[in-house]
Parts: sequence; C-alpha cells; structure tokens
Amino acid sequence: MSIVIRNVRPYGEDAVDLVVKHGVIIDIVPAGTGTANAEYRFDGEVVLPGLVDLHTHLREPGREDAETIRSGTQAAALGGFTCVHAMANTEPVADTAGDVELVWRKGAEAGYCDVRPVGAVTAGLRGERLAELGAMADSAAQVRVFSDDGKCVSDALLMRRALEYVKAFDGVVAQHSQEPRLTDGAQMNEGAMSARLGLAGWPAVAEEAIIARDVLLAEHVGSRLHVCHLSTAGSVEIIRWAKARGIDVTAEATPHHLALTEDLVATYDPVFKVNPPLRTEADVEALRAALADGTIDIVATDHAPHPREAKDCEWAAAAMGMLGLETALSVVIETMVDTGRLTWREVAERMSTAPARIGRVADQGRPIAVGEPANLCIVDPRTDWVVDPARLASRSRNTPFAARTMRGRVVATFLRGQATVLNGVLQ
Amino acid sequence: MRHLLSTADLTRDDALLILDTAAELARISDRPMKKLPTLRGRTVVNLFFEDSTRTRISFEAAAKRLSADVINFSAKGSSVSKGESLKDTALTLQAMGADAVVIRHGASGAPHRLANAGWIESTVINAGDGTHEHPTQALLDAFTLRRHLRDGEGDLTGVRVTIVGDVLHSRVARSNVLLLHTLGADVTLCAPPTLLPVGVDTWPCTVSYDLDAAIADADAVMMLRVQLERMNAAYFPSAAEYSRRYGLDAQRMATLAPHTIVMHPGPMNRGMEIAADVADSERSVIVEQVSNGVSVRMAVMYLLLGGAESGIGGIA
Ligand SMILES: [Zn+2]
Repeated sequence: MSIVIRNVRPYGEDAVDLVVKHGVIIDIVPAGTGTANAEYRFDGEVVLPGLVDLHTHLREPGREDAETIRSGTQAAALGGFTCVHAMANTEPVADTAGDVELVWRKGAEAGYCDVRPVGAVTAGLRGERLAELGAMADSAAQVRVFSDDGKCVSDALLMRRALEYVKAFDGVVAQHSQEPRLTDGAQMNEGAMSARLGLAGWPAVAEEAIIARDVLLAEHVGSRLHVCHLSTAGSVEIIRWAKARGIDVTAEATPHHLALTEDLVATYDPVFKVNPPLRTEADVEALRAALADGTIDIVATDHAPHPREAKDCEWAAAAMGMLGLETALSVVIETMVDTGRLTWREVAERMSTAPARIGRVADQGRPIAVGEPANLCIVDPRTDWVVDPARLASRSRNTPFAARTMRGRVVATFLRGQATVLNGVLQ
Repeated sequence: MRHLLSTADLTRDDALLILDTAAELARISDRPMKKLPTLRGRTVVNLFFEDSTRTRISFEAAAKRLSADVINFSAKGSSVSKGESLKDTALTLQAMGADAVVIRHGASGAPHRLANAGWIESTVINAGDGTHEHPTQALLDAFTLRRHLRDGEGDLTGVRVTIVGDVLHSRVARSNVLLLHTLGADVTLCAPPTLLPVGVDTWPCTVSYDLDAAIADADAVMMLRVQLERMNAAYFPSAAEYSRRYGLDAQRMATLAPHTIVMHPGPMNRGMEIAADVADSERSVIVEQVSNGVSVRMAVMYLLLGGAESGIGGIA
C-alpha cells in the first residue's frame, strides 16, 4: 500500500507530491503528478521533517493527573512532533534500565510519536552518585541523553565523572544549569522587577556560573555537553565563546523564553512561573539572535504539565513550568520566521535535525528526500488560531498563551507514513 | 479603584484624599461618640494568614468605628503551603457575602491573586503581603509625617525621610518609597548592601550605605525591624556589628536636627535596630503611629466601601 501526500512545499520551497510506501519516501515529483493507492490532498502548505523535542516532561509514571505518555504524545503530534525525549524526573525517577524501558514501551504502544526516554544522571536525582548510565544506554530504550533536569548536577566532581562516563556509549549530559545556593527560594528573575514585586530573585549568574563551569569541564575531559533551556544574554555569550574555542557544546532555548518576558510576573498569575524564570526583553532578544546565528542549536519545549491546583494559588505556592508542545512551532514562526530571522530549512535544522543529532536518534530529523523515513510535519504558516486551554490535548491547562492568537497551524503530522494528525485533528 | 493592593496604584490626589479623610475621621474619634454609621450592614473580613495582632486589631477597630460587621478569620495553621487554601478560603468568604477582605499573607502578591483570580467579588485591602507591600502602613506613616512636619495639611514636598534597615525583605519600605515619592518627599534608603534588593537603583529614591551621612539632614528617620535570622543567611556578620553600623542609638540620635522625628513600624527589636533610649525619647512618634493607623484604615474602608459615589478617586 502506497500513499501520496499531494501538493506540499518541502521547507517552503516548490510544491511537490511525496509518494510514501512502507513508511519511507519512495518518490518526490511535481505537485499533481504523483500516483499511489491512496492520497492526502493539501493546499501548498509547508512540509518539514517531523519535529523532535529534546526536552519533554510526560509525567508518567507518578503524576498521571498532570499528563500521561498517551496524552503527552497526543499533544506532541498535534504540535507537529514525531519524537519527544521524556525527562527523567518522574515518580519513580527514571534511573534504571527497567524504568526507561517502561516509558519507551508505553510510548510505542500509544503510537503518536516516538518516545525516547532520558535517563537520570544521578540515582533518584539526588546528586550523590551516578545512576546506572550504561545499563540504560544498553537497554531496549537505548538512552543517549542523561539529565537530572529539574535539578542541577551542581557537584563539580560528579558532573565531571558523568561527562566522562557517557563517552563510552556516545551519550550526552543535558544540564539544568542552576546554582542551588544562589537560587534558594527563588521565584522570578532577579532585577528591577523582582525588587518591585517583592519576589525572591533567581539571578542570571546562577545559570551562567554553572554553564561556564560545565563548558570548561567538557573541554577538559573532551566530552560533549548539552545545555538545557538557556535563558540569559550572558549564557549566550558563554556558549558563543565555548563554541569558538572548539568545545563540544550544544544549547537549547524554549519557546516561552523566546516569546515572553518577566513583565508578565507583575500579574502574580502563576501560569507565568517557570524555571528558569522568564527574563528581560534584552535576554529575549539575545536568545533570538543566538538561535538565528546558530549559537543556540535547538528549540526544545520544556513542556511541563501541572494540575490545576498547582497553579490556582498564590505565586510562591505554585509549581514551576508551562505547557509547550502544542504551541512551540507557532511561537517559532511568529518570533523567528515572520521576522525573517530563520528560513524554513533553518527551522527544520533547529527543531528536527539538530535535536535528533544531539539525542542520537537515527531515524528522526532526516531530510525530506527519497529513501528517508516519512516523518513529516505539515504546517499552514498563514493561518492564525487562538489558544483555548480547555481544547488542548494535554491533560493540564497551564499554557502561558491562553487566549493569545498564534501564528501558523499544524494541519497534519505523519509518523513513518501514518497520519497521527489530519486537518489539525488527532487520528 | 475597588481595591487597595499597592501604593503604586495611588495618585497624589488619591493619597491626599485618604489623608484628608483620615484627618477628618480622627477629629470625630476624639469626640465621645466614636462610632459612625457609614458601613452599617456591611461585612469586613480580616483574613490573616500570618500572625499580626497589632495590624488585625487596628483594622478591626477601624471597621467597628464605621459600624461594619467584622469577622476575624485566622487562617494561620491551615495548610497555606499547600496553596489551595487561599482559593478555598476565598470561595468561603464569597459565600458569606464579605464586602471587604483585609488580607495579610506571607506570599507576595497574594492580595493581587485574591482580587484578580475571579474567586471573589469583594473589595480587597492589602494588610501586608510577603516582602511586597503594606500600603496602609505607608499611609499611616505619611499621615504621621504630615502631622509633624507639615501641620497636617497638603503633601510632603521637600520632606526628607531616611528609611533604615532590611529593605530587601521589607514590605513597609516598598510601600513607603512609592507613596512618599508620590507625595513629593525625598526618600533615602540606608542599609548594608546585602539588605538592599538588586534593582533598587530603579526606585525613586537615594541609596546610602552610611547611616551617619544618611541621617545628617533628615526630617524623619524610619527604622525597620531586622530579624536576627538574617545573620545566618550571611546578610551581616553579627547582631553587634549590625547594631553598630545601622542601629539608631542615643549617640546617633544626638546628631539629628532638633525637629527630626523617629519612626518605627513595629514590632521593635530594642537594642538591635533601635536603642530603648531612642524608642522612648521625645522624638519618637512610634506610639502615635499606632493611633494614626486606625484613622487611616477607617479612611481607606470609608472611601472604598462607603457608597457608590465615594470610591477612592471618586470624590473630587
Ligand atoms: Zn530544567
């Protein structure tokens, strides 16, 4: 059985028909000329390689009230993703081969997108001793990304050892860069706004000091390092310096740090509470510039579902984190494509190719070409839509974009030739 | 204006209306018949998530003198840290038909949430939230300053006020800087650099690390409470060193101009930020601040709840 995906524009370029058989693109021909057993008609929308998220919190096991592997991957598919990396800070923590295999298997059963588990760096995220990194790497889940995300591997020696150890299986440590003592009780970015609002500050230096330390450690031991959710202009400068020096470091920015500033905290509405916190206009601009010039390699959502009661309270009592999967591409279109800062090919690089490369996912993030897997995201960049939290596929409602008009709508997603989303609706 | 959440929301005219109304109400309070019928049939809830007997009593006295029904709702000890309790409490108060909620809460912004989250329709009066603001304290301080330094009339143009101590954690300092600036005063903050927030340079005031210089030509010196626990978080080395560098003792008091008054929002740490000799001196207006607090809180409730035509800013 073959299908033709008719009249789509790869990377926004000339309209073509994609002919797909057994999940693989077998032919690319001028629009209207492809033949197959079945067809999906489009209207000249942009087609990108299926998006790959390197930083997703699926909450299962442990917090199924906030999200499940099924609901989270449904949200991912609706956002144009064909692969997500499930963070390890579940209950229990994903720190053994059995834990990561469970997540991997449940993802495969749900079938909406590939789920690549992230393994914890330290047992129980406690920051005391290494988890069984090799066992997780050798498991069926084939873990390559290790992270204590939510917590920083703040002990310099432990971080050094982790960086060294994962070289044996081409792994990478993805660091949540947060100096714990400098951020004890921190509630928001530290600066004029925190001074005014009387909320404890999360200073930029607490992120930058860890990143600076880690790039030097990575250089010293010749390892690769990935920096999660980079949020400050100073962090950008450190990454730029490290790359110029030849250090093997990659970095991610989240959609919310590309779009929103700390000014929103003045509402005291905890839907804007996130870790690292929303920063200043100058930081947002630095992140956009760095994503454009490649200093920041990828966009990663840090999709962090929380149940309603975790946000329906006063600021200090609220949980940190925001939904991201269903709005990520729209944010990138609005902030990076419509502003002329990224081409569609560059969007594909930042949201699919590079994250797959960092995560060592072989059959994701591949070009739209004959012989490649038909993992595809089809987006209409001209259609606006309004975010209604109640209509998101995620079990949680904590989107910072509620009631906002977003640019560009994902109309279809294909996972190895199977439609997971058609007409913007889950299949 | 329906709520009093921050002194940043008060224009000069709003603030003067409150102070003038408070002065009027203070005159009435001096008469034998202390009660006014203004808020008869209205319900004011004192919702205190933190212990503060003095502030609660002040609001209670103010509401009762306006003939309001007062309900004291002490939420301390309930599971505040769980977060649901603010919302659940709000829903309860809404069901009880509270016209105004006076809220004291340990979390900055809790009164904003109460006023804006859609849980409740009452007027919300901030009685101190975390390390954010304490607007009625600033209003009573302005009232006290005006009485002593401007004969109880007009604004505070040209009045030099030095606020000393733990500005970083002080809701009193934040509210005062904003309000006193709005009223034309020149405010100086004086503290060790560790107890000033990053970003204080954007506030409408001067900053000094040197107490002797900062009080040299002040018309008023306001001492803030400094909690001893701050020492453990390395904000300063020892109580003795703090007291030596930033405490107001008799010797320092002697360097003040003859007309300069000394204020403290209470409760005091005698011997720490303020010496007993100073607290009990002629210059001290600390006890008077307490009685002015009742008048100012009466004025705020009177203007916010008094009737359709009398919201703050609604009377020209
Ligand atoms: Zn993180």
